Amino acid sequence: MSNNNYVKNLIESGMRIDNRKFDEFREIEIKTNIIDRAEGSSIIKIGNTQIIVGVKLSVGEPFPDTPDEGILIVNAEFSPAASPSFEAGPPDENAIELARVVDRAIRESHCIDLKKLCIVPKEKVWNINIDIQVIDFDGNLIDAACMGTVAALKTTKIPKYENDEVDYEHREGELPLVDLPIYVTIYKIGDKLFVDPTKEEEEAADARISIATIQDGKICAIQKGGTGYFTISEIERAIEMSIIIGENLRNLFKH
Amino acid sequence: MEESKLLIEDKNIVTPGDILAEGLDYLPSSGCYRTGNIIKSKYFGVVRIKNRYLSVIPLAGAYMPKSGDGVIAKISDIQTTFWICDINSPYDAILQIGEVAEEYIDLTRTDISSFFDIGDIIYAKILNVTKSKNILLTMKDYRARKLIGGRLIKVTPSKVPRIIGKEGSMIELIKNKTGCQIIVGQNGIVWFKGQNEALAAKVILMIEKEAHIPGLTDRVNAFLDKFSNIKGEKL
Amino acid sequence: MKEKEKLIINRKRLDGRDLYEMRKIEIQINPIKNSMGSAMFKFGKTWAIAATHGPRAAYPKWQQNPEFSILKTRYMMLPFSTWERSKPGISRRSIEISKVVNDALSNVIFLEDYPKTMIDVFIDIIEADASTRCAALNAASIALALAGVPLKDIVSSCSVGKIDGEIVLDIAGFEDNYGEVDCAVAMIPHEEKVLLLQMDGIVTKEEFKKMIMLAKEGCLKVYESQKTAIKQAFTNIIDIE
Repeated sequence: MSNNNYVKNLIESGMRIDNRKFDEFREIEIKTNIIDRAEGSSIIKIGNTQIIVGVKLSVGEPFPDTPDEGILIVNAEFSPAASPSFEAGPPDENAIELARVVDRAIRESHCIDLKKLCIVPKEKVWNINIDIQVIDFDGNLIDAACMGTVAALKTTKIPKYENDEVDYEHREGELPLVDLPIYVTIYKIGDKLFVDPTKEEEEAADARISIATIQDGKICAIQKGGTGYFTISEIERAIEMSIIIGENLRNLFKH
Repeated sequence: MEESKLLIEDKNIVTPGDILAEGLDYLPSSGCYRTGNIIKSKYFGVVRIKNRYLSVIPLAGAYMPKSGDGVIAKISDIQTTFWICDINSPYDAILQIGEVAEEYIDLTRTDISSFFDIGDIIYAKILNVTKSKNILLTMKDYRARKLIGGRLIKVTPSKVPRIIGKEGSMIELIKNKTGCQIIVGQNGIVWFKGQNEALAAKVILMIEKEAHIPGLTDRVNAFLDKFSNIKGEKL
Repeated sequence: MKEKEKLIINRKRLDGRDLYEMRKIEIQINPIKNSMGSAMFKFGKTWAIAATHGPRAAYPKWQQNPEFSILKTRYMMLPFSTWERSKPGISRRSIEISKVVNDALSNVIFLEDYPKTMIDVFIDIIEADASTRCAALNAASIALALAGVPLKDIVSSCSVGKIDGEIVLDIAGFEDNYGEVDCAVAMIPHEEKVLLLQMDGIVTKEEFKKMIMLAKEGCLKVYESQKTAIKQAFTNIIDIE
């Protein structure tokens, strides 16, 4: 059963179902290093949305066009437990979109210095596998997944590599993380723009635009989603919002 | 009050999103929509203006059933008391036994395939179309019947009025000059039977292709005369 | 790794274009006779063919929506479209692009006119020289109009980007590989309604504003060529310009 019309009318009259302001996030809780066997990990909760991110490193061959750079691989899975509308099986288009959108922000922000992850040029580089597991769904997955990924990367340690073998039980270096890309997704109902929707608000929204910003307030990735439209001036407003909110969210990581 | 303005002329060709008129004096009929105080086209098609009413007749598209339309249908499945018919539309139509037989049918003794069997072609009338596109057919119309033998061709449903012509003038012309029996379904299926089936098919496809170009009747006439003359000489 | 070559010399790009110049647009109407409506759209060497089938009864039946038609877009790059053969079939990339293209097209179709049905749009990229999703969308919206699907308007798309620090229109393959920013935009240009926007690469918000306004100009140009092509649907190949 959906509450779409109720939520739409409420938003258009300037209110939200949980009394938040349009630019206000729910409470965010991040824990890192929750999984010993993963080189980096985090669990993020934004309201009732919960995502676990694990980072695993392995050694592999580099891509021929970037022989001296490590490889970044992002995958996302929606656990069928997270929502009655999620189905078991291979990632669907929504999970694939989530993974690729997060991948773009991490890659395009150049927040990981991939050149430092080269072991032997043209032969051996570190592969960074980021796995995003949505375990409870209550809206705003892109922002949560990206923050969870950044949190996990921030605590990622590089395992020992000796005699062509990875010793996962001993870790030496830190992952060279030089920036903190943060997505803020702006949702639209009527002509109102708001952030961090609950599941009900997300279902009622016409469209969304996810804008990833980096430390100096520059934009590094954008993805528009949903069947509705944004006007050019709405996009400009959305960018202003995401720069300001993104800066506040980034402060969560600076300690 | 803002002045209303017509931005197109009758029979103009428009594309989706083209603005037909500004202001509230004009009204959108089929094939166009109002947004704010402007009327825009929904289709790639031809504009028709009737007083204050604007419409756009699409140059292509699937057949959308309307009640009262005469259609040519193919029986695609048989259930206990009704037939499921393919009417060349996104929606199947239902023909119930009560709309076929005048007298009482004892279903314990009758297999309704004795009336119409799978694959049979019928000319039927659309009785009703509901909002959720449930479509009922009826055979209780003087034109309705089973079509035995003959050939079928498909044309763009929106071109059917041109094939029929004003008060049936075009189709009468083709019938007379080819000697074929011809039935045109509003759903874009044309059935014909007779000696010059190939010629009839050719001319109908020509009308479909050139329906929007003026002087159609003259060209059809010339086309048919040319062929019947050749035929005449050979005989 | 190759040394980074200059992509703009004397304010001209490597293929001789000005910064705000689009590659040549070519449109062919109804190349696929078996579909309800089809179109080919080219930006220079980037070459897309879109074909639509439907509205037709939605199968499997549980997917039917009693109020709306379902739009199903499938975007695919053919194996020979790239320098290195791309694996046939649907990749993760094509699933994502199919989704964003589908969302953009859904916005303009009157899906409520055809309840319980589906409309299929199949897009093949014959050759890929960047901006393939833009060419795909342009071809698809022409194909839908030709198929007699009711539309609010025609969707037009083009790419913009930043190469060698300059904002440019219509990114070509080598610019995509070595440039700084690639941004695909689809809109109803005269209404400034943005239906698709995907950007990667680092820009300031001022640069972004410049980019989106340039994209609008580009889309306007595409829009005009799409409309001209549709109106000439009874002749065959039309070169615009």
